[in-house]
Formats: sequence, structure tokens, C-alpha cells
Amino acid sequence: MRAPDTNEILLQVEGVSLAFGGVKALRDVSFDIRKGEIRAIIGPNGAGKTSMLNVINGFYHPNHGAITFKGRTRAQMQPFEASRGGIARTFQNVALFKGMSALDNIMAGRTLKMRRGLLWQMLRYGPALAEEIEHRHRVEEIIDFLEIEAIRKVPVARLPYGLQKRVELGRALAMEPDLLLLDEPMAGMNLEEKEDMSRFIIDVNNHYGTTIALIEHDMAVVMDLSHRVAVLDHGVKIADGTPDEVKENQAVIDAYLGVAH
Amino acid sequence: MAVGGSFDTFPKLLARNAAQFSSRPAFRHKDLGIWQTWTWAQVAGIVRAYAAGLHRLGLQPGDTIAIVGSNRPKLYWTLMAAQALRAIPVPVYSDAVADELAYVLAHADAKFVAAQDQEQVDKVFSVSDRLPHLRKVVYDEPRGLDDYDHDRLIAIHDVIEDGRAALAASAALGRQIDEFIRQGEGSDISIILYTSGTTGASKGVMLSARGCIDAATDTVRFDNLTDKDVALAYLPLAWVGDHYLNYAQGIIAGFCMACPESGATIEQDRREIGPTFYFAPPRGFEAMLTRVMIRIEDAAAIKRRMFGYFLGIARRYGESILTGKPVPLSGRLLYALGRLIVYEPLKNVLGLSRVRVAYTAGEAIGPDLFAFYRSIGLNLKQLYGQTEAFLYVTCQPDGEIYSDTVGPAAPNVDIRIAETGEVQFRSPGMFVGYFKDQAKTAEAMTSDGYVKTGDAGFFDEKTGHLKIIDRAKDVGRLADGTMFAPKYLENKLKFFPNIKEAVVYGDSRDFVCAFLNIDPVAVANWAERNNIAYGSYQELAGHPLVYDMVAKDVAEVNRSLAEGKVLAGAQIRRFLILHKELDADDGELTRTQKVRRGFIAERYAPLVTAIYDGSHEADISTEVTFEDGRKGVIAARVKIRDLQTIGATEPLGKAA
Repeated sequence: MRAPDTNEILLQVEGVSLAFGGVKALRDVSFDIRKGEIRAIIGPNGAGKTSMLNVINGFYHPNHGAITFKGRTRAQMQPFEASRGGIARTFQNVALFKGMSALDNIMAGRTLKMRRGLLWQMLRYGPALAEEIEHRHRVEEIIDFLEIEAIRKVPVARLPYGLQKRVELGRALAMEPDLLLLDEPMAGMNLEEKEDMSRFIIDVNNHYGTTIALIEHDMAVVMDLSHRVAVLDHGVKIADGTPDEVKENQAVIDAYLGVAH
Repeated sequence: MAVGGSFDTFPKLLARNAAQFSSRPAFRHKDLGIWQTWTWAQVAGIVRAYAAGLHRLGLQPGDTIAIVGSNRPKLYWTLMAAQALRAIPVPVYSDAVADELAYVLAHADAKFVAAQDQEQVDKVFSVSDRLPHLRKVVYDEPRGLDDYDHDRLIAIHDVIEDGRAALAASAALGRQIDEFIRQGEGSDISIILYTSGTTGASKGVMLSARGCIDAATDTVRFDNLTDKDVALAYLPLAWVGDHYLNYAQGIIAGFCMACPESGATIEQDRREIGPTFYFAPPRGFEAMLTRVMIRIEDAAAIKRRMFGYFLGIARRYGESILTGKPVPLSGRLLYALGRLIVYEPLKNVLGLSRVRVAYTAGEAIGPDLFAFYRSIGLNLKQLYGQTEAFLYVTCQPDGEIYSDTVGPAAPNVDIRIAETGEVQFRSPGMFVGYFKDQAKTAEAMTSDGYVKTGDAGFFDEKTGHLKIIDRAKDVGRLADGTMFAPKYLENKLKFFPNIKEAVVYGDSRDFVCAFLNIDPVAVANWAERNNIAYGSYQELAGHPLVYDMVAKDVAEVNRSLAEGKVLAGAQIRRFLILHKELDADDGELTRTQKVRRGFIAERYAPLVTAIYDGSHEADISTEVTFEDGRKGVIAARVKIRDLQTIGATEPLGKAA
């Protein structure tokens, strides 16, 4: 796999802490994501991985610390600002519009890119039509890319789990993000589905040059896919480095195998 | 009329089509959700540029170029471009595992390979140390191939653009390409098709350009195919059926080949394109019907009853109306009503509304299945053929259709039955020989120039049509001398919707036994309707109620055998349901999905022993190959069921 060409930092997390009442989900976590890399965040259950993603895309607001994305530092941000800024994500539990077709779900990912208002859209005439055709074309490219032509018109509720995950990835890609956050993209998948998904993640990274941050439990997948891995345990970053470095790290081994704290 | 005429090679026909049908569609392909169309004139231009590009890469007359992939315009154009340069295209099954691929590529001395995508490119490169002649791999879909070493790899698109630029720059190159086409002769080897290898390693069947064109011209006339027709090109490129029905007939008649978006979208694509000429193996028609029946089961009661009633009407009058026999007025009226509210909407859902001529072949088709499609007004016919004949040996003319025969000899085909019962033929399209295998070629021919089909058959006295019973070498005898035709039994078993595959043993044995595969779609649906819980295919296959249901089907086969005289002694005494589906990846089926009886007997030896020694269950563990080539082991305890035989062989005669 190709390593990213530059060391340009896309996202910098500095000293982020997050608490829910007395529960400290994140404690003084710092790390960075370089442009073009696949960055994994791993850790045992309850380590704070999803909280970290939620902080990055503005769903949670950290109590302390700062996040710098594309050179702009901010303390508070709303999720829609994050997506406008170029951060897209998928969810641990699939969060699609179940009654809508795969195609419509992915089209929904283009919403922020559409310039014509509701009235124009309803008229579906002239500029609105041209705009829809243009967006549909982008969506069709994604459908082709993810090899889901056969389910284009199928309501997603009728799809098996692995395909729903793929549609969700498609919707995130439709936003043409600079940073793609994947929350356990392979949870609950069988071996074949995992291999497919791994291939798509690598292809997205290669083909679109999208920077990817992913949370994953399957260590084999993480070690194969990612360029760098950050390890969280009980809200604290305990290791950071290449997959090989992390694998050798005693603190990581302890965290996973369970040592008395 | 658009037929082969004086044209003796496909590149010359392509030039004719570019002039005669210039703005008519030649190819369609669904890409990014939209059907893209290329006219004959456009295709001729692209192929000329592609040929120039390949020529510049070093493809010489007589070289072989292998083609691995699914039905995509660029791969069909590879066939055309190679033939324009008098090189020989060799299509290879795209689902072949690397090892099989290596065998064919090495045997064919492939100098170039045209691969569809990364998957196929990976396979070729993984065995490239066994391919000393390999110079370049060209590919269609660039995805995932960015990081590959492009010394030996080039996109077909780039080859075409390079050729186009070179043609524009040099008129001499254009003249050279035209000269290649002009020099092409009917005796040139037009294509090498590797047989699927029901018996042993696959053989390269060489077909001449003249032979291909003459044979296909005859059937284009026979079925009145014209440039107004449309075919859905979805059959494997490496199979004679695709090369004949779509490629050869398409170029000769000038009709449009529509390539599906992907293998998974064929159903939808068929609906959208509405082909007028259609081929599917019996398995394809059966899968289609099974899906319809499953959905009807889930429909509202009134729809179900309407469907049931009008299918009854269709059964009574449909066939007669299709063949133009007299039918009472009331029958005609009811049938017309049924057409309006059931048959036509059903055909529309299946994408068969516009089909004028449909064929099926490859295996025997169940009489009920065959009758169903004909009764709803689909002109479905049977043909019998093989790669060595360039497909057609016999085919059914309109109006003379029987489910148990394969029809009279196709135009200009000469058939005879040898004393051994083997069918032998001479035909315009018959093969030139096996590539690099004189001995096998000699073996396959008689001294007076007939091709041995290896199938046993006879001409039906009533109709004069050919009937095929089995592979000649498979027709055996039980230990007591009773005649036994395994395939005949297997087909009878497979006609039941619950049984997907059957393998029958009995040669030199005391009695006949069957190994069965249940149909996962049909049986799973049945299980759901009857609230039967199961966790896996293996568990479902071993379920006692499934055994009960299948036992009824097997008993039904025995009953029908008892009615005939010849095979009444070959009734099935014991059967078992295998714990896994037979799979071509494990070598149990050929790539054309025919069972390999001998191999299965070896692989499941403990089961064969158990079924003949009277045991009621047996343990088996088998190695399986996953799609990515890794291997694993499946273990199971398989139950064996006994059956009563009927009639002559029953110990207590009815007369007693």
C-alpha cells in the first residue's frame, strides 16, 4: 500500500478532554491526521474511540483542548458545519433512511452541494434539472465504484447488513469529503464482507485521495489497512505510531490482554 | 437480406455492416446507470484504431490473444481487432481460478491477454511465471490498477487512442491494417474455444472463419434474424453459445448486442433492453420461474387465484395457440383475457415481452418448465449442439416443438447414429481440430469425416426428431444387466423444484443410488412458510422433514420409471442429501455446471461405501475452496434414506 506523499497535517487534536458528569471519556488526548493517510483509532471497549470521532465532527464539544482542521482552530462547531467543512462519517449502527432506495440515500449525501432551493427542486425544471443530472452523475460514479448497481433501486431496509454499510459509505463519499470518519465499518460482517470493505476503503484512499480516520475492532484489518494507529484506553492515548510499532508496544498489549490497573 | 454471403471473415463483415447498417446500433452497454450505444460505423472505427494499437504493441498474424472477463463491449472489440490482424482470440472463462487460467493461457501460447479488471489482471500476473510467451496485458476497467507496474500493463482505452493517433499520423499504417483485413481468408482460424472439460483437461477447439460464418448464416436465416433484433449478451464469453448466438449471429445479421451493467443486474437489464432473441440454459429458465412462484406465494389471495386460474387456461390452450392448431372460440377468448391480465404482464416483469425466438440447451429441460414458458406465449425452442460443431447440430423449427426431443438436424447438418448408439455429425461449422493435439482430434473423428459427439441418442419414430439419452460412455448396466442411464435419472430428479443437483450411481452395482443437493432458494422458502428453523445450508439439508419431502420426489421418479419398460429396473433404492452444494471451485461441477460423477464418487468415497453397505448414516469431511482460493474443511454426518421400488422389481408382485 502507498504511504501518503506529504506530511501536511489535515487535522490536529490538542489536549482534548471530554467529560459526561463524572465520567471522563477523554483525557488530554492529542494526535494528528496527515493528509492522504488512513489513520486508525483503536482501543478496548469504552476506550473513548467513538467519543473522539464525535468530538472531531462537532457532535460533542470538548471541555478542554482545541481542534485544528485545515488550518482553522476552533473550540465549538456544529455537525453541519463539519460536513460543510469537508468531514463526512458513517456510523457504528447503520443510520440510513430505511424506506428510501440506495440511490436516494446516496443522493441525500449531495444535499449540501445543491444550490437550488426547495421550490426549484419541486419544479424540477431548467437549472434545477441540470443540477440534479450533474449530481446524479456523481452518485452513479460512486455506485459504480462500490459495485452496488444491482441494488440501486432497492429500499435499504430490504438489504443485508453488509450492503447497508456499503450504501452508508456511498452516502459519505457523495459529500466528497476531505476527511472521512468511519466508525467500525466492519462490525458484524463476515470474512468476505470484511475483505470487500477493506478493498473499498483502500480504493477510496487511493482513487479519491480521501483522508480516512477509522475505528475498528478487528486487529488484522486495522494492521493491514492503516498507515498509522493511535491507541486509546480509558480515555487516554497510550500509544501512537505505525502498525508494527503499536503491535510491539507493551502498554497496548496490556490494555488488550487485561492487566490489573 | 443480411447474411454472410460472399464474406468469409468477421472483419470483412464488420466493414460491410459499417456501410450497410452504419447508424444502426451494434452495441449497447449500461454504464453509470445509462445505456450507452455504439453504431456499427462507430464500432468499425474503434476496432480499426484498436487493431492499429495492438499492431503497434506487436500483435502479429497467427499470435494468440486471450480474453478474460465478462461481456463488455471492449472485450468484444478485442475479438474483432484481433481477427482484423489475423491473430487468434482465445476467450477464457472469467470465473476460472488462477490454476485453470494458467493451463489455458500456457497451452494457447498466449502472447497478449485482454483482462476485464484488477481481479483478472491479478490472476494473470500470479501465474505469469508459467507463461513464457506473455508480452502484454491490456485491461478494460482501470480501477485499483493505478499502482501496478505499467511496463506490461496498458489500458484498452489507451491502446485505442494510441492506434487512433497513429492512424491519423500515418496513412501507411491504415493501408497496412486494411491489407491485413483484405488478406484474411475463410480458412484462417477465427477463434479457439476451450471446452469446459467434462472429461479431463480442456481442449482448444479451433474454428475456421468460413465455418463460423456459414453455420451462423444458416441459423440467422432459419430464425429470420435481422438488424432489428436485439440480444442480451450475458453468456460467458468463452462459451461457444455466446460466440455463436451473440457474436457470430450478431455480426452476420447486424443485430445489437446489449451488454449488461454487471453480472448482478442481468434481470433488470433484460427488462430494460427487452431482447428479441434470447438464450438461457434450462437452469436459467428454472431460476426465473422459481422466483416468480415464490413471489406469487406471497401475493394477495385474489391475485394468487387469478394467476392459478389463468395458468390453467394457458396449460390447456396456450401451446395449441402458439403452434396455430385449432382451438375453440371460448378457449381463445379466455386465453386472450389471460394474456391481457396475466401472461403479458408476467413476461414484461421477466423482460421477455419482445422475445421472438428463445432457445434453451445444454441440459434436458423439464417438461413442465418447458410447457410453462410455451403456454404463456414464449416461443421457446430446444437445440442440441457442441463446441466442435460450432454449436448447432439440431434445432427445433417453429411449430414442431416437443419437450423431450432436440429437433431435426439443423440446416446443412448431416447426422447419423452409429451402431454403438452414438450420435455423429458433419456440419458447415464443424471444427478444424484441437489446438496442438493431433491425437485427440483423430480420436474425435470417424475415418469418413464425421465428428463423434460422445452422446447416445436415437431418432424418435413419431416425429423424426433426435432424442439424446446420455453421454454414450455413461450408459451403463447394473450388476444384473439392467440398463442404466444416469443422466436420464439425474434430469428427472432435477425437474423437481426442491432438487438442485443430483448424482446417480449404479454402474456394475446391485442397485441405483442418488446423491442430491437441495435447492437453497426453494427449500428455504418452504422452510420459512412451514416455520422450520435452521442455521445453515448444512442443517437445512439434513432436516428430517426435508428428507421426507425429497423422498416423495424420488418416489415420483421411480413411479415414472416403472411406467417405461427399458429403465424400469433402474429405480432408485437409496438416496442421501449432501451437506454442501456441489461447486465448480471444488472441481465437482464443470464450469458449465455439469456434475463430474467420477470425481464426486472419489471425493465422497465414504458416502458411496455407506450407501451400498446398508448403513443409515455416514461421516464425511471434505476440503472446500473459497472464492479467494483459500481452503477449508467441512465435516458432517449425512443420513441415508431407503425407498420402496415400484412394479417389476418389487419382491411381492401385484398379481399375487
